Amino acid sequence: MAELKFSNLTKRFDGIPALDGIDATIGSGEFVALLGPSGCGKTTLLRLTAGFEQPDEGEIHLGGDTVAGASRFVPPEAREIGIVFQSYALWPHKSVSGNVSYPLEVRRIPRKEREARVAEALELTGLRDFADRMPSQLSGGQRQRVALARCLVFEPRAVLLDEPLANLDLALRSSMQDVFSMFHRRTGATMLYVTHDQSEALALADRVAVMEAGRIRQFAAPEVLYREPADCFVAGFVGDGAVVPARLTGRSAPGRVLLSVLGQEVWCRSATATPSHVSIRPEAITLSDDAKLRSRITGCTYLGGRFRLVLDAGGEALVAFAHRRAAIGETVGVSIADPWAFCDPDADTLMVQALTRA
Amino acid sequence: MDRLLPLILLPVGLIALGPVLRLLLEGIGFGDGFTTDHLSTVLSRDSTRTALVHSLLTAGGGTVLSVLIGAGFAFLMALTDIRGKAALVFCLMIPMMIPPQITALAWMQMMGPSSVLLKTLGIAPPLGSPQPLHSAGGIILLLGIQHASLVFLTLRAGLRMIPADLVEAARMSGAGPIRVWAQIVLPLSMPALIAGGAMAFVTALGNFGIPAMLGIPARYSTLPTLIYQHLVGMGPSVLPEVAVLALLIGAVAVAGVLLSRFMLSRQGFGLVGLSGVPLALSLGRARLPVEIALWGIIFAILALPLFALLATSLIPAYGVPLTAATATLDAWKEALFVQPVTRRAYGNSLFLAVSAALILMAVSLPLAWLMQRRPTRASRLLDALIDLPYALPGVVLSIACILTFLNLPFTDLTLYGTIWIILLAYLARFFVVMLRPIQASIAQLDPAMEEAAASAGARLGRRLRDIVLPLAAPSAAAGAILVFLTAVNELTVSALLWSSGTETLGVAIYNLEDSGETVMASALAMSIVILIIALMALVQAGAKRFPKGVIPWQS
Ligand SMILES: Nc1ncnc2c1ncn2[C@@H]1O[C@H](COP(=O)(O)OP(=O)(O)OP(=O)(O)O)[C@@H](O)[C@H]1O
Ligand SMILES: [Mg+2]
Repeated sequence: MAELKFSNLTKRFDGIPALDGIDATIGSGEFVALLGPSGCGKTTLLRLTAGFEQPDEGEIHLGGDTVAGASRFVPPEAREIGIVFQSYALWPHKSVSGNVSYPLEVRRIPRKEREARVAEALELTGLRDFADRMPSQLSGGQRQRVALARCLVFEPRAVLLDEPLANLDLALRSSMQDVFSMFHRRTGATMLYVTHDQSEALALADRVAVMEAGRIRQFAAPEVLYREPADCFVAGFVGDGAVVPARLTGRSAPGRVLLSVLGQEVWCRSATATPSHVSIRPEAITLSDDAKLRSRITGCTYLGGRFRLVLDAGGEALVAFAHRRAAIGETVGVSIADPWAFCDPDADTLMVQALTRA
Repeated sequence: MDRLLPLILLPVGLIALGPVLRLLLEGIGFGDGFTTDHLSTVLSRDSTRTALVHSLLTAGGGTVLSVLIGAGFAFLMALTDIRGKAALVFCLMIPMMIPPQITALAWMQMMGPSSVLLKTLGIAPPLGSPQPLHSAGGIILLLGIQHASLVFLTLRAGLRMIPADLVEAARMSGAGPIRVWAQIVLPLSMPALIAGGAMAFVTALGNFGIPAMLGIPARYSTLPTLIYQHLVGMGPSVLPEVAVLALLIGAVAVAGVLLSRFMLSRQGFGLVGLSGVPLALSLGRARLPVEIALWGIIFAILALPLFALLATSLIPAYGVPLTAATATLDAWKEALFVQPVTRRAYGNSLFLAVSAALILMAVSLPLAWLMQRRPTRASRLLDALIDLPYALPGVVLSIACILTFLNLPFTDLTLYGTIWIILLAYLARFFVVMLRPIQASIAQLDPAMEEAAASAGARLGRRLRDIVLPLAAPSAAAGAILVFLTAVNELTVSALLWSSGTETLGVAIYNLEDSGETVMASALAMSIVILIIALMALVQAGAKRFPKGVIPWQS
């Protein structure tokens, strides 16, 4: 297991940056998820780490060694990094145990030890009974487990997974998520896990790096991402809720500022003295008949156990939870408690970009 | 390894393209003894002009016939509900795989006064009447049959691209099958038809076996046979003159291709829609007669000549009729086991074909990988030009090889007259036959397979051996069998490159027939036909394991 460190990592395709100055450190044995919309550069970062691509600028360090940098490039076969592909990439001409033992054959591990380690890896992934099958005779979930066993059998210094569950159905996904976290606990491997499914990222990872347009927007624990997003993009991309512009009132306390939000004065949690926006999660909203801020219900969907309401308050859309179905067009009072405020000067340009892209 | 691999581009480029380049240089005045005098003397000679006219006439006529047969079969098989399509396709492909000199030999055994088959049936024309095939018409007929399958294959591939919904839309508007064919299918398939016709024309133009067997006895020469007669009659001293003739054929072939490109560019349609659903217009009550007619044609162009060839191979001496009493396997024994020339020819051809197949397989695998995974400008150029030695008429390549290897560059060695010059020519000529199937299978390989192996710790050499090789092996095997099939029968190239001791099977058959040993020639030819059909059946049996496009007669 080793620490993985990116410094100012930049990769361009035909002059267009796919990764733009990535700085991040993934601790030894840490499980990190890379989360971001399609095309933001997640796969590119993974392929650079594995050594399938060379960076244009910056460096990658693995456990103290520089594996990619201006004057040094270690090819993938010498990096000791395991990778699980979205397509599994099992070798169709080798049986399950042939696939799993290949990394050991390449390393010239003696036969006895090889067999023992393959058996152990298959046992751990629950594949003991499938050792002699060919990949074409396995289900999707079983193939995924073979890919996992194949990359863990040689005890790599880090494990990379590129959307490993994208091809599986919902039920299988959650059971495979359990397999991954069990695996991480048992092996203590440094893991970098790419996904664009936020619930997967929040459920599995110790820390999540949220990426957008080749940059890391925020790199933090799941609950921090949810409670304290760094900017409008993270606040909108992770979790449900609304992002609303706010005005300073001038009053503040340690860790708190009083802001004018939708015409109401609200005390907000904040890390800065001059926030520009607030993130209002559905839990922060209480509906009542006598609250001063009035809003109109524009949408109501059932989520199982509760309803999700979309409200129009002075032109801003808010999201709230309710226990009873509400009629569209009805007016309700809204009170906001304890939202998170942050400063995002790029917000307007970002909004425009998002609108023109959509 | 990663750095060394691109080095294989160099020898491949030199062997495959060197000779062609050398010939071109000859054309622009490089090399000794070549002056514009040659150009004008050779081009103004009557014999050159006659041969050119004959070449154009026979290749053109043959192309028309090929288009008629090939297109007829392709339309009926791709569009209608006739039965037994797979068997029909297989039989239609056999004439393409049987070498032209054997086709000619077989047809000559079917017609004319000395045909054993006709005599046995008692319907032979009177002795002394001429062999009807020794004529321009005969050459056109056989060229047409030989290359019909080229048109068939190209057109069938084109027809598969026509979206079925276009035809369905026409039928919904009330058009009957004939109208649909004439107004929808025919115009849409025109590009494929033109492309197929161009291929048949270029191949017919370079054909040596048929005009050699049928034309030379009748003093009817085409450009390839003219070159052959010059070179055989006067030896390498006439090389500069012969090079002009070779360039002339090359120019005509290129002109043909350019003309077809021009026609294609004015014919292009962007086809949009869903294809994939094979059309099966119902022929109704006409189905059985159509099926009978198709099998009748197959019988006439494939089975009858082969029967005639077989009949001739079974008689004790030319002129004796075949009866239960006279039938004998003496000629077979003589050809296969006794005669040193034929045994040597078998040995040479097997050696050449096996070596060509193995060498090309060993080189094509890393080369195809390199072209697919690490494309550079050099590899793309090679990819684009490597068709050339195969597409150019065989005599052109032979002359190019003689020019190049007569005096090995930087030494005073010569390869002319040795078996190695034939091998080099085969390597150059059949490179694409091997390369394309392997390219197809490597292109289908998920790069993640190799990346997974790399991250498992395998270096490039190991990845090629453990991952790429096994996965591309079926296509490589199919490619190797195709190279073997084509090389073992080859006549055009070896006819100009052989010398005593390095005869190939093609040369042996031609020489046997030329010296009147028709019975033995027939036995030898028949043994080769059996070998070819067996190998084709072997490839066919493995058809399911190859990626699309590997077997030329399946798509
Ligand atoms: N080989 C390549 N050549 C050119 N451009 C590339 C290449 N690979 C990636 N890109 C570009 O780099 C950007 C990032 O791509 P990447 O595959 O890393 O996205 P991603 O975050 O993995 O997206 P997804 O969630 O859809 O898989 C994209 O704009 C893509 O078009
Ligand atoms: Mg991706």
